Amino acid sequence: MNFLSFIQTQVLIIGGGVTGTALARDLALRGVDCILIERHDINAGASGRNHGLLHSGARYVAGDRAAAMECRSEGEILKRMAAHTIQDTGGYFVAVQGDDERYIADFPSHCARSGISARAVDVATARALEPALSDRAIAVFEVPDASIDPFQLSLESMAQARNLGARLMRHTRVVGFERDARRVRAVRVRSLSGGEDVRIEAAQVVNAAGAWAREVALLAGAPIEMTYSKGTLLVTHQRLASRVVNRLRSPGNADIMMPGGTVSIVGTTSTHVDALDAIHPTTAEVDLIIEEAARMLPVLATTRFIRAYAGVRPLVGSAGIADGRAVSRGFALFDHENHGLDNLATITGGKLTTCRLMAERAADLVCRRLGVTRPCVTATTPLPPAAECGGTEPGRSARAWMRSHGVHDTLLCECEMVSGSAVDAIYAALRSAGDTPTLTDIGLRSRIGKGACQGGFCAVRTAAHLYNRGDFEAQRGLAEILDFFGERWRGQRAVLWGEQLAQAELMEALHCGLFGEELPNAGMHDAPRTAPNADAAAGLAP
Amino acid sequence: MTDARQDSYDVAVIGAGMAGMSAALFAAERGLSCIQVGSGGGLLFASGLLDLLGVHPVAEHRLWQSPYAALAALAREQPDHPLARVDAGSIRSAFETFVTALAAAGLPYAPLGERNRNVLTSIGTVKTTFGVPRSMSAGVDALDARPSCLLVDFRGLREFSAHQIAATLGRSWPGLRYQRIEFPGCEVVPELYAAHLARALEAGETRERTIARVKPLLGDARAVGFPAVLGLARAGEVHAAFEAGLGVPVFEIPTMPTSVPGLRLLGALEAAVSARGVRRRHQATVRALAFDGNQGTATLELDGVPGGERVRARAVVLATGRFSGRGLKADRGEVRESILGLPVQQPTSRETWHQRNFLDPSGHAINRAGLLIDDAWRPLDADGKPAWPRVFAVGSILAHQDWMRSKCGSGLAIATAWAAVDQVARQLRVTAAG
Repeated sequence: MNFLSFIQTQVLIIGGGVTGTALARDLALRGVDCILIERHDINAGASGRNHGLLHSGARYVAGDRAAAMECRSEGEILKRMAAHTIQDTGGYFVAVQGDDERYIADFPSHCARSGISARAVDVATARALEPALSDRAIAVFEVPDASIDPFQLSLESMAQARNLGARLMRHTRVVGFERDARRVRAVRVRSLSGGEDVRIEAAQVVNAAGAWAREVALLAGAPIEMTYSKGTLLVTHQRLASRVVNRLRSPGNADIMMPGGTVSIVGTTSTHVDALDAIHPTTAEVDLIIEEAARMLPVLATTRFIRAYAGVRPLVGSAGIADGRAVSRGFALFDHENHGLDNLATITGGKLTTCRLMAERAADLVCRRLGVTRPCVTATTPLPPAAECGGTEPGRSARAWMRSHGVHDTLLCECEMVSGSAVDAIYAALRSAGDTPTLTDIGLRSRIGKGACQGGFCAVRTAAHLYNRGDFEAQRGLAEILDFFGERWRGQRAVLWGEQLAQAELMEALHCGLFGEELPNAGMHDAPRTAPNADAAAGLAP
Repeated sequence: MTDARQDSYDVAVIGAGMAGMSAALFAAERGLSCIQVGSGGGLLFASGLLDLLGVHPVAEHRLWQSPYAALAALAREQPDHPLARVDAGSIRSAFETFVTALAAAGLPYAPLGERNRNVLTSIGTVKTTFGVPRSMSAGVDALDARPSCLLVDFRGLREFSAHQIAATLGRSWPGLRYQRIEFPGCEVVPELYAAHLARALEAGETRERTIARVKPLLGDARAVGFPAVLGLARAGEVHAAFEAGLGVPVFEIPTMPTSVPGLRLLGALEAAVSARGVRRRHQATVRALAFDGNQGTATLELDGVPGGERVRARAVVLATGRFSGRGLKADRGEVRESILGLPVQQPTSRETWHQRNFLDPSGHAINRAGLLIDDAWRPLDADGKPAWPRVFAVGSILAHQDWMRSKCGSGLAIATAWAAVDQVARQLRVTAAG
């Protein structure tokens, strides 16, 4: 017997990454009512910690043709249905002296067998178009790789789902499942902001928790076999190539450099990990990436990096395989009927490129179980752009700011040209959904904190702006600056040498030297900040 | 001939931040001929506040009201800290000499005394510091007494929200109010820059219009705070006019860089050293430095001067700062000293340079990296002996200190410059006598 409040829905989705949000949209478009709960925020896991690469499939042609073909067809669908989230840059596969010549020779025919266009490019021509390429390049092929903004994709998928009636509960985690004989009767969830647990009674539950899917399934008494592979990526200070640049070899470390708007993103590594907490990029991983990628792109040996980040790939099955790359990057849909459950499904593994397909398969299963006959329409229905969801696209808020020409619309971030009105739009959208937006929420949905200062200046200005609007009160600003800058710091510490170390030193001089943010009660002078004062405690009082 | 290039000096100071300026000033005060090389760009980040020592030990976040008591504790507990090597009398003399020179150059400070002061910052925190510009000192009194007080800001000055400061302190300071006004003449300008406002307020008409906009908002305020934009070179005059016009004490609140008080400090220090005959090569960098075998005279080859320049000096003071000052350079493997390639005391691997948490109480190990010195402030070579007989090092490049966490940046610069220049003078006297 309990008195917890409860909510009812047709489908409960656990996890707000690219798969969960695509699933919410898919179901909403079929007229199915759903709630998505997310422990942190949209794309908090691997969905927000990847290259942002829309694979042509060419990377997998030699080792995993099924995955290659899946990428090809899904990439083509997303280029049609979500074109505004994609920069269709094209990609090069580049081999350098010493790379496996057999792999190079077989690459065009492998691509052809998977239906992927791979055009040989004269090395000199390629180097003229991409001057960052090594003079030791020996073969170049052009493939239809592209860059995709996973944040815009997920935010807009969720926005459309909500317009169609879906509900989103951020900062909410699963604490337990209530089971009947063959059913999950309710899922008990807890909000990070406190308050009583809530029971969600759903006819169907989909676990789309990515790397955390195993933990969630275990709570339901439905063990699945997964391994975790940590991947680290680096962000350069400036964009170094206009195309995606892949190493033409069997997949290995630091094979890909992606264009990411004004920057380039280089990675990854693949390290087996047992636990999901305390994932952070190490200096050794950073060095490995630079040394390996510099063989294809020598400029990386001397370039300035502003950030490193690490994500965990959920890999399904094959426990005990040490190198995550040997495990399929395909996805898995578990119906859990072997665990005695008829209304739980888990969808995990896979890639950013295949998130729509993963959602379709999960939604098909759920709809079959619900008796819903409407088919999936996401392969033929364009994703509608939503004004408040495009803030992560480089240059977008700058253009809006130029066009609006608002006399009092100030730029809060000059590196990334984010204006006050852009922040206001994001704030208002979160607010209208009943949330209390934080600086970190705004950072995830905009370019604030993404430039060289990594939030050192713009977080302070954004906090000031939110006070001036009356959105922040009391001491919230200080706590939020600390949260935001602290999170940004974790991404910087592994790349602090050269210019970026000088920048970090200036930021510490400001935040600690001047503002004293590290000191307790920094904003509360009448709390015991100087009293009992240290002089007296040390017996040295005047 | 005012621009004659004297090519031989007693002292060459490399660096023009707080430490380099202090060294040049103190050397000139002692009658040593001095040339100073390097830009004062670092001072643009200065708040105008002169910290001496506010926190010790860093890991305990212990704040001190008496900097001298803190220094005594530091000397006992961390004898390798550079400030532990300077006696209190020298520190008092150094600070007095420093602020006296600033006052003569038009930048007055409140009397120093023996105590640290609390100053409001632009994000509503309270900073413990020692030397406070006169333009900020009414804020120290207001923060102590917490009377009815008005904070004013200007729409468009993005990093300064009076609302934020008042909200942050509101619970403990109920009489703190805020008002936002339009800066006269900038009603349709979206972004305002502190230095532009400061210069604009030196024009009487803009100043009077600003005062006129604030006056009706005063209410029962017993003091009025502004962002630190009240004048640049003529800040004293602007501040006095605001106090006269508003009829209550007026104070400035330090802001984020680029900071107007930093610009004032730079201007006043440049004026002070120039007035004392220091030759400045503020756009030059040192390409090479070599010593004669017997005489021990240094030859500095300068870049950034048309045609290059060669300067000779009997002693060299290295005040080149840390990473942002370019005195230290780090690649992925190690930290190096930029000019002389001196060995740098540093953590063994980059993985331990920085903590995972930015605000880790112990601070980041890299910030304690730096040059080791002997008792005469001479940096050591790999064998632990002075690298050169008459090269001295001062300021933040020195090892075993974390000025950002200890709140001792200016103190480190001023005190070590004073002590090192004392050693320079002794050495040169000995040489002269010999």
